[in-house]
Amino acid sequence: MWEYTDKVKEHFINPRNVGEVENPDGVGEVGSMACGDALKLSFKLDENKKIKEAKFQTFGCASAIASSSALTEMLIGKTIEEAEKITNDDIADYLGGLPKEKMHCSVLGRDALEKAIYCYKGEAIREIDGNIVCECFGVTDKEIERAVTEHQLQTIEDVTNYVKAGGGCENCHENIQKIIDDIYNKGMDVVPVKKELTNIQKIRLIEETLEREIKPALQKDGGNIELIDVDGIRVLVKLIGTCATCKASQLTLKKYVEIRLQEMVSPDLIVEEVK
Amino acid sequence: MDIIYMDNNATTRVAPEVLDAMLPYLKDFYGNASSMHSFGGLVGREIAAAREKIAALINADPDEIIFTSCGTESDSTAINAAIRSNPRKKHILTTRVEHPAVKNLYEYLAQNGYRVTWVPVDKEGTLDLNYLFSHLTEDTALVSVMWANNESGVVFPIDELAEKLRGKGIVFHSDAVQAVGKVPVDVKRIGLDMMSLSGHKIHASKGVGVLYVKKGTKFSPFMIGGHQEKNRRGGTENVASIIGLGQASELAMDHLEEMDTRIRAMRDRLEIGLMQNIPNALLNGKKDSRLPNTTNISFEYVEGEAILLMMDQLGICASSGSACTSGSLEPSHVLRAMGVPFTAAHGSIRFSLSTYNTEKEVDFVVENLPPIIERLRTMSPFWKAGACSLQ
Repeated sequence: MWEYTDKVKEHFINPRNVGEVENPDGVGEVGSMACGDALKLSFKLDENKKIKEAKFQTFGCASAIASSSALTEMLIGKTIEEAEKITNDDIADYLGGLPKEKMHCSVLGRDALEKAIYCYKGEAIREIDGNIVCECFGVTDKEIERAVTEHQLQTIEDVTNYVKAGGGCENCHENIQKIIDDIYNKGMDVVPVKKELTNIQKIRLIEETLEREIKPALQKDGGNIELIDVDGIRVLVKLIGTCATCKASQLTLKKYVEIRLQEMVSPDLIVEEVK
Repeated sequence: MDIIYMDNNATTRVAPEVLDAMLPYLKDFYGNASSMHSFGGLVGREIAAAREKIAALINADPDEIIFTSCGTESDSTAINAAIRSNPRKKHILTTRVEHPAVKNLYEYLAQNGYRVTWVPVDKEGTLDLNYLFSHLTEDTALVSVMWANNESGVVFPIDELAEKLRGKGIVFHSDAVQAVGKVPVDVKRIGLDMMSLSGHKIHASKGVGVLYVKKGTKFSPFMIGGHQEKNRRGGTENVASIIGLGQASELAMDHLEEMDTRIRAMRDRLEIGLMQNIPNALLNGKKDSRLPNTTNISFEYVEGEAILLMMDQLGICASSGSACTSGSLEPSHVLRAMGVPFTAAHGSIRFSLSTYNTEKEVDFVVENLPPIIERLRTMSPFWKAGACSLQ
């Protein structure tokens, strides 16, 4: 069972301002039944351009209903300029907080408000901005970027909690991760995720790495290295030439060969010398 | 506020008789059944008696009963034993609607070298047997099919499956956690290889389960340790719970007929009452082949978690296949496998009764749920009173 605050429960059991405003000045609809939650928000201004009436209709769980109810309460008495500043965190705070898995309910409120204000201003409702990343819930890269930046989201799970993206088939998880990484400029440093290697792939990769960079480096000093065997994570090598007699050979082996192979092939490799 | 507990497929209350049977083994008789002294020996004899009682409930030999810690452990033990004893075979088969105890283990095995066939169900939740039989191969090591589904209550034709699978060199396991105690389960007559059951679903305590392993079935233990359970499950016995389960098995046997009559009648009364008094209510699950205690109904245009919390205000306990109740964003895999549209799955409520429920409670729910649904629908942007069409 969710740990809802008393205020969430109270707004759920006794929601304020249910329904539709007659002759509204602004209306915003977001979500769908398939998504599991949907909200229709409408409001009307008085002669001083302050919101005099705000009403909602919501399909969704307790926190979606409570968030909608809270939003209407927050809106009444505000000017459009003040209303525009309301964020989803404000809605959650008003309710004394929401479980993190339910933050998307407050985002639903913010999105409906945004649409209703667009509608009021007579601006064309923002076309779907960006490209759909999450097919299941129809979430675009722009929406994900916005959520990540606004709330300093760190993981895919965070993103799902806020905007639902990635909560369905999970096919888009890689793309969501990429968006997160790009935002934090991790993009450059991230080593591509390596899949579990088969033994043959592992051996080939070790050979390639030895040929490509390790042998040439050792050859410069008149030495060389030969791959003898790979036994699980143990890489058995033989040092040749000056390397074989060099006092620093163990250093070369551990500090250079092993680290390089760990980086390029698999982080658990151990390099051992056979005489 | 009185609690009206209609979530018995999730767990059941410990029967007072069961608790009475357990208490002495939590207080006075704390000996270890493996000890040489008679203080421990006495406990061993009581475990043996409990074993006979649970064996009688499912018509097994006491030797075929292995006590475990829960239904999940029983499932894991059975599935692991089946694949380990047939190491060359790499194909396993199950249904799309299994409990996570089987489903998630199969998914794990699918990631680890096994080819998995997921047998579909139809709109009413009944199993596609032709699909199942046509996908058996020489390489098939295991078929695991639940006896009855926890969400829809649909009972699967385990007898027909067992008959068709016999002699094919395929291990047949069934997760009967939801079936035992609700419908007759006779392992001798059916002739399946392994079967799981759980104590807390039949009014015993949590923390005890059973794996039935037919004599002659290749087996290797999952919990490796002491010699308990004839070397088939290491670990000191959960004595009080096992003794409680013995008592619960006797009660379950006594109540089987009541399940089929009084409980079934109450379930039908609840179902008919709700469906008649609430428009746009859809039944999930085949009407005439279900557990007698279970009904699963979708209320269109409203969301399950909101319904549950409204009912909670009145002390009514049930559950939902809605996404919001689980923390995931997708509704239950069972309802999705049945092709229940997301729009209806989000508003699904499961009621599951026990012998402790009364007609008065059923009537209370029938009286109080319609206004809850109506109230939530008036809040819903999709609901237009009297209109049946989707917007």
